[in-house]
Amino acid sequence: MEKFTNTGDKDTRSGFGEGLTELGRNNNNVVALCADLTGSLKMNEFAKENPNRFIQVGVAEANMIGIAAGLTIGGKIPFTGTFANFSTGRVYDQIRQSIAYSSKNVKICASHAGITLGEDGATHQILEDIGLMKMLPGMTVINTCDFNQTKLATIAIADHNGPVYLRFGRPKVPNFTSKDFDFKIGKGIMLKEGKDVTIVSTGHLVWESIEASKKLEEIGISSEIINIHTIKPLDEEIIISSVKKTNAIVSAEEHNYLGGLGESVSRTLSTNYPVPQEFIATNDTFGESGTPFELMKKYGLDSDSIVESVKKVISRK
Amino acid sequence: MKTDLDNLVSQVRRDILRMVHQVNSGHPGGSLGCTEFFVVLFNKILNFNIPFTEDGINEDIFILSNGHISPVYYSVLSRVGFFDLNELGTFRKINSRLQGHPTNHDNLPGVRISSGSLGQGLSVAIGSALSKRLNSDDSLVYVLTGDGELQEGQNWEAIMFAYAKKIDNLIAIVDLNGQQIDGSTSDVLNIGSLKDKFSSFGWEVVEIEKGNNMEQVFNGMVKAKELTKNHKPVVVLMKTIMGNGVDFMMHTHKWHGIAPNDEQLDIALSQNPETLGDY
Repeated sequence: MEKFTNTGDKDTRSGFGEGLTELGRNNNNVVALCADLTGSLKMNEFAKENPNRFIQVGVAEANMIGIAAGLTIGGKIPFTGTFANFSTGRVYDQIRQSIAYSSKNVKICASHAGITLGEDGATHQILEDIGLMKMLPGMTVINTCDFNQTKLATIAIADHNGPVYLRFGRPKVPNFTSKDFDFKIGKGIMLKEGKDVTIVSTGHLVWESIEASKKLEEIGISSEIINIHTIKPLDEEIIISSVKKTNAIVSAEEHNYLGGLGESVSRTLSTNYPVPQEFIATNDTFGESGTPFELMKKYGLDSDSIVESVKKVISRK
Repeated sequence: MKTDLDNLVSQVRRDILRMVHQVNSGHPGGSLGCTEFFVVLFNKILNFNIPFTEDGINEDIFILSNGHISPVYYSVLSRVGFFDLNELGTFRKINSRLQGHPTNHDNLPGVRISSGSLGQGLSVAIGSALSKRLNSDDSLVYVLTGDGELQEGQNWEAIMFAYAKKIDNLIAIVDLNGQQIDGSTSDVLNIGSLKDKFSSFGWEVVEIEKGNNMEQVFNGMVKAKELTKNHKPVVVLMKTIMGNGVDFMMHTHKWHGIAPNDEQLDIALSQNPETLGDY
């Protein structure tokens, strides 16, 4: 099988921070806004280098979203930064009316997404944000898997005209994608070819899928792994052509099974090429305090859970 | 003697009444109350360009936060030349750019943001003002909010921000008609003295005692402009009469969100003669 080398654990939010810093140097229209979480979002470097283009709004996320919408009048490209929970659920109506319905070129950048936020617990661990954002007409939804991909995605969304939700996380996780990859919004990535099952995964579950694939190989199951970073618009073609070969699919994400990547995949397949599907996702529940990796294990978001789901889906063929 | 602007006010009131009547929906009360303001703003205060550009570089920006008074907004936008007068006849109808609440979604000239869900316009206006600052654009940003609308908490985040960040190329106008859907603002949720509140938040406050008197509106807005570019945001507290210009609609919240029937329309129109031609 292909080799995926972890070049060292890094947090995806730092990929965002580096990408934003690079944008600050290369694109004068990029403006960053933060609601009192500059350090957590790794926006310090941008703020230091571009004091006039960094707007600290304080603990006032609704106002931040409105200001971002207004900044687009005159051609600015605002990047808002706060935790995923405060980037979406807290400000849903502001995003809906002032950004999405108004077709504003705002990039909503959300760190600490999902259960791997860890010890802060369920108040901060949003597992519904992909669903909230993908339901908004015109919203592009991206969930990156490692440091390099997050940096590339951050740079790519500045050139995309339209609202974007960029979702990333807090913990340090393997950094394994190429820093020189030609990242394209809306284009899935074939990480590894296989014939018995398709594993389609996003965010922190991509590395877990790679780990699962190694375990599956040991028991004679050949898995194909597709990384879907852009959940909307979904690269339907790469998924359909894969299941035509494997006839079974497991979707894997750090999100509620309701409203997540899995449901988008399910809709695509049911209307194009129905095959059995299993869902690696949280089961309509809130999270809790714990270390990121304890939580991933407890909530069935790890490689062992993927292996079990693969066995199950193959038995349903 | 009637001036051109008096004639325009009469005609805009007719537009408002006929628009809401033809679809038996919409918000005539607040629209009528702000007619003189809109006429003065778009004829004497704002520096804007036609054809319309969404970026509005080197022109003044107007944001309507209380989007439900769309009839007066549409009428005046059309009467000053942003789009064809006949389009007013499509208000709230299917396949129209003139949605119940204003939006730029369908590229209606003159509109740069969607509003209707209350309390968001002031933040948007601040963003627009910051964009002008970054672009070294000396033009101003104006935003109109309702008074009941200030019950939305986001406004107070924005009011705090505008002072702290010295947003001094912004003029917020509050339509103080003292009414909201369920009754008077003092009964529904008393907002107290806005002058005291804005002053204590560090804003420059201008008061217009009679917001249905065009001379007072003009003088108040000129004074507000003079206070800009001095490290502080500026608010104009403009007292208006909801339903102004139609005797049975005045001084009550009852016409906030309902349309006149045929008979009521005839009476209302008889009080506002056709001056510039109906759409």
